[in-house]
Amino acid sequence: MINSSSDNVKKLNSINRRMFITGSLKFFIMIGIVSRLFFLQVKENKKYLTLSDKNRIREWKLAPVRGEFHDYFGNVIAGNFEAYQLHVIPEQVEDFRYVIYRLKDLLELSDIEFKKVLKKKNEIKPWETLIVSDNLSWQKFSKINNHLYDLNGVKPVISISRNYPFKENFTHLIGYVSQANQDDIETTQAIKKNFVPGLKVGKVGLEKTFEEKLIGTNDIERYEVNAYGRRISQLEFQKGQKGKTLRLTIDTEVQKLANELLKDKAGSICVMDIYTGAVIAMHSSPSFDPNLFVFGISQDDWELIRNDPMKPLVNKTLQGNYSPGSTIKPIVALSALENGIVNTNFTVQCTGKTEMYGQTYHCWKKKGHGYMNLRNAMKQSCDTYFYEVARKLGVDKLSETAKKFGLGEKVFGDLFDIEKKGLIPNTQWKKNALGKGWLLGETIITGIGQGYIQTTPIQLCLMTAQIANGGHKIYPHLVLDDKVNDQLIDKFTPLYKNSKNIKIVQDAIFSSTNEVMGTSYRSRIDNPKYQFAGKTGTAQVKKITEEERELDLKTFQIPYEQRDHALYVAFGPYKNPRYALSIIVEHGGNGSTTAAPMATKLFKLIIDRHKMRDSLRNKNYLEI
Amino acid sequence: MYQHTRLTTNRLGFFQKFRNFDYILLVCILILGFISLATMYSTDGGEVKFHTKSHFIKLAVFTLMMLVMSFINIKYWFSIGYLVYVVVIGLLVGTYLFGITSSGSQRWINLYFINLQPSELMKIFIIVCLAKFFHRMKLENVNSIYTILTSLIIILLPMGLVIVQPDLGTAVLIAISGIAVLWFAGINYKYFIYTILGFIISLPFVIAFLKPYQKLRVLTFLNPDKDPLGAGYQIIQSKIAVGSGGIFGKGFLKGTQSYLEFLPEKHTDFIFTLFSEEFGFIGSAILLVIYAIIIYRIVAIGASSRSYFAKIFCYSFGAAIFVFITINMSMVLGLLPIVGSPLPIMSYGGSSMLATMIGFGIVMSARVHNQQMIA
Repeated sequence: MINSSSDNVKKLNSINRRMFITGSLKFFIMIGIVSRLFFLQVKENKKYLTLSDKNRIREWKLAPVRGEFHDYFGNVIAGNFEAYQLHVIPEQVEDFRYVIYRLKDLLELSDIEFKKVLKKKNEIKPWETLIVSDNLSWQKFSKINNHLYDLNGVKPVISISRNYPFKENFTHLIGYVSQANQDDIETTQAIKKNFVPGLKVGKVGLEKTFEEKLIGTNDIERYEVNAYGRRISQLEFQKGQKGKTLRLTIDTEVQKLANELLKDKAGSICVMDIYTGAVIAMHSSPSFDPNLFVFGISQDDWELIRNDPMKPLVNKTLQGNYSPGSTIKPIVALSALENGIVNTNFTVQCTGKTEMYGQTYHCWKKKGHGYMNLRNAMKQSCDTYFYEVARKLGVDKLSETAKKFGLGEKVFGDLFDIEKKGLIPNTQWKKNALGKGWLLGETIITGIGQGYIQTTPIQLCLMTAQIANGGHKIYPHLVLDDKVNDQLIDKFTPLYKNSKNIKIVQDAIFSSTNEVMGTSYRSRIDNPKYQFAGKTGTAQVKKITEEERELDLKTFQIPYEQRDHALYVAFGPYKNPRYALSIIVEHGGNGSTTAAPMATKLFKLIIDRHKMRDSLRNKNYLEI
Repeated sequence: MYQHTRLTTNRLGFFQKFRNFDYILLVCILILGFISLATMYSTDGGEVKFHTKSHFIKLAVFTLMMLVMSFINIKYWFSIGYLVYVVVIGLLVGTYLFGITSSGSQRWINLYFINLQPSELMKIFIIVCLAKFFHRMKLENVNSIYTILTSLIIILLPMGLVIVQPDLGTAVLIAISGIAVLWFAGINYKYFIYTILGFIISLPFVIAFLKPYQKLRVLTFLNPDKDPLGAGYQIIQSKIAVGSGGIFGKGFLKGTQSYLEFLPEKHTDFIFTLFSEEFGFIGSAILLVIYAIIIYRIVAIGASSRSYFAKIFCYSFGAAIFVFITINMSMVLGLLPIVGSPLPIMSYGGSSMLATMIGFGIVMSARVHNQQMIA
């Protein structure tokens, strides 16, 4: 008994000792668990809260509403319209096969279109939206609406899409939008940020240049989703911002007239305000309907545009490098006057051709003009006179003046990535670019705008404008914003040494249009309100051989690709001039017969609309 | 005087037994029950659905059972110590032969009125059995080869039957319950040290024998981010849920991780995760305090018990419950691999709750009859 009780005591001692050890262990383990909880819930709380939100919140971005383009008078030239679309969420459709075949019948989908839809369906998750049709006609849309009872899970949706109401009129200016591709997303931050499948972005023109301003911001829908990605509830709807609406300097009426004048012709017309630099119209022909691209152009339409021999895809106003022909003569004359090479009395005898440095140079008038001074030579566009002036002037001095007046430089800077610089050659350039010395004969043909010299129509327009405004620098622009508000600038930078010289050239150009024997005399307007001054130009596309010169073919007798380009630059009204323009008709034959008559029509319209434009300028147009 | 007290306490009246109740333990168990019901209600998405109803019924029935058990003298529990062990071994064999297979493992046996998981019961009854085994043993015999071998067989037999189900987690927990008794019974320290050393040395061989899914669990535990949508998913989502709870929690019924179904097994093994997400660090700490009080009371009852059987049972049961809790929590907090062990009382599951309540019942009986000597 004693034994047993002492054994009991020992057993109790042992168990209590071990209980103490166990208790201490428990205490420390408990502390461990609490610290772990503290670590996760207090210290790392933020991290896990973020992870938990990432788990449960999913964002759906909706396509932003694109900013519009307005013309100077507030007309919408690139706007948005409501596109009728058909969405299906496959998961919500009981019998997908039935519904999709029913839709095929109702929408009269072709087999190719139908296959595209089925392919798209296989690429998305069953709860994602399948866009069966993105731009339905109202007839089909209402037809679907009438059959909705039969089409469980089909949702007719009205969505916002781009629309160009003036179709081909503004294509080369504004460009067009189309579905964003991988390249667009990678190169433009704003597209990357706002990207949603089916987003339309600017592909060319101002639509592309001003992408960041136009694109706007997405509407964002935040949904709570479960572990399987199913939407449980909408948490938030964040309204996006519509893109910025841009107001252009363009006058739609003038633009439309330009389009009409160049109908079925290849060429370009630009009109500019000679004081503000505002571009009133800028058109390249032929053009195409940009609306074709919005929902993806069909293969047939694309082939038609691409293979057109008149090259509608080329923006001739900015990309077209043309020999300026006689339209360069005002600059040659000005340069010679400024450099004191000639004065108004300097006279050259024109016999129809002249022999210099062992080469024969022809004047356009076979019989010759006789004795010519500067004013007469400009009026009748005597080539022989300008050969001689150019020879005396030298190409380097000529190129200096030409560059001053905006030739050989991009007119719009970075505004258009496609714009060409043209080429104003000088001796240095030839040595660097071609590695050859300058030949004097090349100076001579440069004097009549042939040879290496190349200009774009917009450059010729700027050149004319700067002569018309008395020889002052202006900065051409298309888009009005806070910085460029289309007000007249107070101070101009002069481009001349002596303003008299500008006057002399202006007067010479005036004579060319308004005096008998002038090259564009037939296109003159006598009413002083509309009276304008202009210089014709005819640019040879190929060297004329001696036999051809003998034949003296009429324009229509020459194959299209070999006909001369017809050019015309002008400014008006002659008293207090306000607008300058340049016209180029590719292979139009002759400047005075093809291009100059267009100027008559243009000036009538431009000057008629001047008052309206002026009143708007002074009223401080309010941004919409 | 001493004699007198002993005689009177040997035959307690009904009201005396009532007075002897450990009300702190009882209240803690009831609070825990209430919390578990609320949490279950949350897992049902804030509606009284199947899990809440079923959990409530089990809770009510088993709490009642626990109260009834506490009125039964501790010596009766002692006397049936071997019997219950044999019965559960029988059930385990039955499970092996005619068990119900669910998600690849045969753990349940259909007893017509209830689907029982005998392995859960074994976690408690192995303690009862071993406590009885060591009750009368002299201290010098405890470390005899015979004793050690017998107790090892008692432990290894049910373990083997559970491992073949296969359910390694529960088998380990059964072993821990058994080892707890051995520890308190006074088996020499060196055996424990040897065992631990032996375990560590043999670990690579054990891993080689593990089933692929078990190996994956260990690897996942070591690096859950390796396969975040596959094997690591449970640990990651559980940690996100707990961590995002913060100090005050997301609020009752507002645990996004759980009701948006990111949380796996939220009714059973991961119930603490849900609780912790909704009630935060403070709520979790309170829950831990309740568990701590329960364990403390169990140990205190053991300390105040006159009989060695009651003492060793209470200590071992307290240790076992502690291990169950810590293993479950460590698992959901990413401190241990996922082994599949329920959180006592909180987790949904009848067998686990039945076993825990039986344990509490015996502890309560030990408290009511704490002056009872067992010959």
